[in-house]
Amino acid sequence: MSVDKIIITISSVAGIAFTYWFFLAKKDTEIQVFDSVDIIVDGGYSPETISISKGKTTKLNFIRKDPTACLEEVVLGDFKVRKYLPLNQKITIELTPQQSGEFVYSCGMNMYHGKIIVK
Amino acid sequence: MSQNKKTFSIKGMHCASCVVIIERSLKKIEGVSQATVNLATEKATVTFDSGKVTDEHLSSAVSNAGYRALVIDEIKTESDEQREKQQELRSLRFKVIVSLFLGGLILWGGFPGLMKTAPMILQNFWIQLILATPVQFWAGFGFYRATISALKHRTANMDTLVAIGTTVAYGYSAFVTLLPELVTKIGIEPMPYFDTAAIIIGLILLGRYFEAKAKAGTSEAIKKLIGLQAKTARVLRDDKEIDLPISEVIIGDIIRVRPGEKIPVDGIIANGESSIDESMITGESMPVDKTKGDVVVGATMNKTGTFTFKATKVGSDTMLAQIIKLVQEAQGSKAPIQRLADLVSSYFVPVVLMLAFLTFAVWYDFGPAPTLLFALLNTVAVLIIACPCAMGLATPTAIMVGTGKGAEHGILIKDAESLETAHKINTIIFDKTGTLTKGEPEVTDIIPIGSMSEDELLKLAGSIEKGSEHSLAEAIVRYADEKKLALSKVEGFQAIPGHGVEGVIDGKRIIFGNRRLMDKEAIDISATMNKISEMENSGKTVMMIGVENKLVGLIAVADIIKESARDGLLALQKLGIEVAMITGDNQRTANAIGHNLGITRILAEVLPDQKEAEVRKIQAEGKVVAMVGDGINDAPALAAADVGIAMGSGTDVAIEAADITLINKDLKSVAAAIVLSKKTMRTIRLNLFWAFGYNVVLIPVAMGALYPFFHILLNPIFASVAMATSSISVVSNSLLLKRKKIV
Repeated sequence: MSVDKIIITISSVAGIAFTYWFFLAKKDTEIQVFDSVDIIVDGGYSPETISISKGKTTKLNFIRKDPTACLEEVVLGDFKVRKYLPLNQKITIELTPQQSGEFVYSCGMNMYHGKIIVK
Repeated sequence: MSQNKKTFSIKGMHCASCVVIIERSLKKIEGVSQATVNLATEKATVTFDSGKVTDEHLSSAVSNAGYRALVIDEIKTESDEQREKQQELRSLRFKVIVSLFLGGLILWGGFPGLMKTAPMILQNFWIQLILATPVQFWAGFGFYRATISALKHRTANMDTLVAIGTTVAYGYSAFVTLLPELVTKIGIEPMPYFDTAAIIIGLILLGRYFEAKAKAGTSEAIKKLIGLQAKTARVLRDDKEIDLPISEVIIGDIIRVRPGEKIPVDGIIANGESSIDESMITGESMPVDKTKGDVVVGATMNKTGTFTFKATKVGSDTMLAQIIKLVQEAQGSKAPIQRLADLVSSYFVPVVLMLAFLTFAVWYDFGPAPTLLFALLNTVAVLIIACPCAMGLATPTAIMVGTGKGAEHGILIKDAESLETAHKINTIIFDKTGTLTKGEPEVTDIIPIGSMSEDELLKLAGSIEKGSEHSLAEAIVRYADEKKLALSKVEGFQAIPGHGVEGVIDGKRIIFGNRRLMDKEAIDISATMNKISEMENSGKTVMMIGVENKLVGLIAVADIIKESARDGLLALQKLGIEVAMITGDNQRTANAIGHNLGITRILAEVLPDQKEAEVRKIQAEGKVVAMVGDGINDAPALAAADVGIAMGSGTDVAIEAADITLINKDLKSVAAAIVLSKKTMRTIRLNLFWAFGYNVVLIPVAMGALYPFFHILLNPIFASVAMATSSISVVSNSLLLKRKKIV
């Protein structure tokens, strides 16, 4: 095998490993929320993982800064909420979870994800 | 100058300084004389000259200050959304036209075979670079912006794939144009692929344009429902009729409605009568006659008469608002079938990126010469062909169209899971009273014995029963009233528990009751026994009337079967669903009704608290059971069933225990709901099959899986055509649900 081929092979393997590490091996940073939280929608959700209390009403204020059509809706399927997020406006979703557990929410096309941990 | 006062909600306030900012902003509007903002209630009250100030002015003053005004609540949000979407569509269309035009010119000048017909200037690589650059970085800017934002979160999406794919093609082409000798040195003919990059961007944007237009159709039902809302109400206050926006109508207001006008809120008719078209809410096409004391529903249309009614529900409590909320919730919920798609899409883009690396290495190491070119083009094809959007859209778009279509027919589905389960139902249990029957006994037969006429007999029965509180007595008195018979005065009225009643009319002793009463009074009924048995066997309750110890007639009362029951059950049987009936009635009455309706499985003499256990018994037989009831008395049974179906009553549609609420009270809707579920599920399956199949088949093709056998490779431009059509086909397939017949 020629040198260029060896370099390409090694680079591709490294690329695959990097892709796995970068996208699939990331760790969630959990933010504890008490009453309300501003979630910035820009290429994803920040903070991405929040924990809220069971039985208590928490306000999630979504502020979309990213014009990508994919992010124009947020879907909290487990809480039966599908909301249109107008650009640069605060849209508040109130949740009073009755069950504990981990609930994933997403954009309307299910490409971007966030997580709500109910404790 | 007409002064107007308005109170509306403000969103986004945090502190006292927000109050000052908003008040200042509102007061700056020419025509506003007063503006006060309350932080606690998050509301602003503004006094203004209605000739100068519009809702738009108020709303924009608040948003200029950095907050949001809900001047006309939901409607406002919808129009905002629509305006924003229209703007997006216009900009998208412009980008599509420009990029396809420029891409077309580059293709003409660069595609083998075509290029010979093109002017020399278009064949120049530098000109191609100039034409491709705005497409790549202006039209394709959105792909880059989304990619960068996503990478910050360590996530990737379709934009990432498009951005990388087209950048590879554009970057290679720019390299070839700028340094052709370097490429020649490694044995590759210096040919750029600007056309590939530009056309891919143009086609993917075109796909997005059509997809956005089609997606707007999936939420049409909600828009239609919101559009039903009346804008104003003619309220009687201080003996004056004033037109008020419906947001200012309060409970207890008396509202006048004239022919051809929309009923603004829910209420009870106080005066007058009319025929009302409720089709927009219930899906029932026939107008309903209403009179004093009847419930009217906001957003329905008054046809003929003028009447006044008392508002009983306003704002978010009206039936329309509840329906909108329920449909919105259902459209936001997740169907269990979506779980697999969810799982796949969370890994999809990173996996495609890994496959792209693999493709590049394999083609570079083992492919034919020029290996670099093959490796590059196939990598671009893999990145472009992958379509995670189709998977993401497959289930929710169908659920949105399905639940919306249900609402149009008066079928309110609580969530996607209920819609999904409904297609598996193979047994339906109907509660009898109030569901299959009207729930109010009615007089069915009047049989005089001797010289008395039917009316005379009814008058006599009505008079003696007037003092009774029994539900059967109520039916007789009501019927006598309907026939406008003047009832006589009764003396010495007495109820005989378990038997009937007795009293004296015009000096004659009258007794009215069942067979036991006749036996007790030793009145001979043997001549009419056949008739009595015949009526009793058909589920009627027969009462006998005696005057001075002589039988003068029979009156039969029965709970009447609803008009839609027979057709409704027939439709279910055609779907192959077993129908059962559950009732607290005795076996004979239950059998009579059941046989009349063609029901063979009859569960009689079941006390209300045992209904739930009966449902569980049938479930234990391995059946998927739906229970149909009124949602109030049989809530536990409804909740225990796999799908609880409640027949709506009054203006309350949010029946907690029900998975499906039929607001049109039409039993044919039970079958319609199941048909809707079956058709929605078929659409979802087809969508998922297409979305998964597309990726599973075409990604390996793009990687070159067919090359060793057939020398077939996927041109990246064709990959972008396939990718653009895949999402559109899924959304369009969901929209086809709108045209399917369910009734």
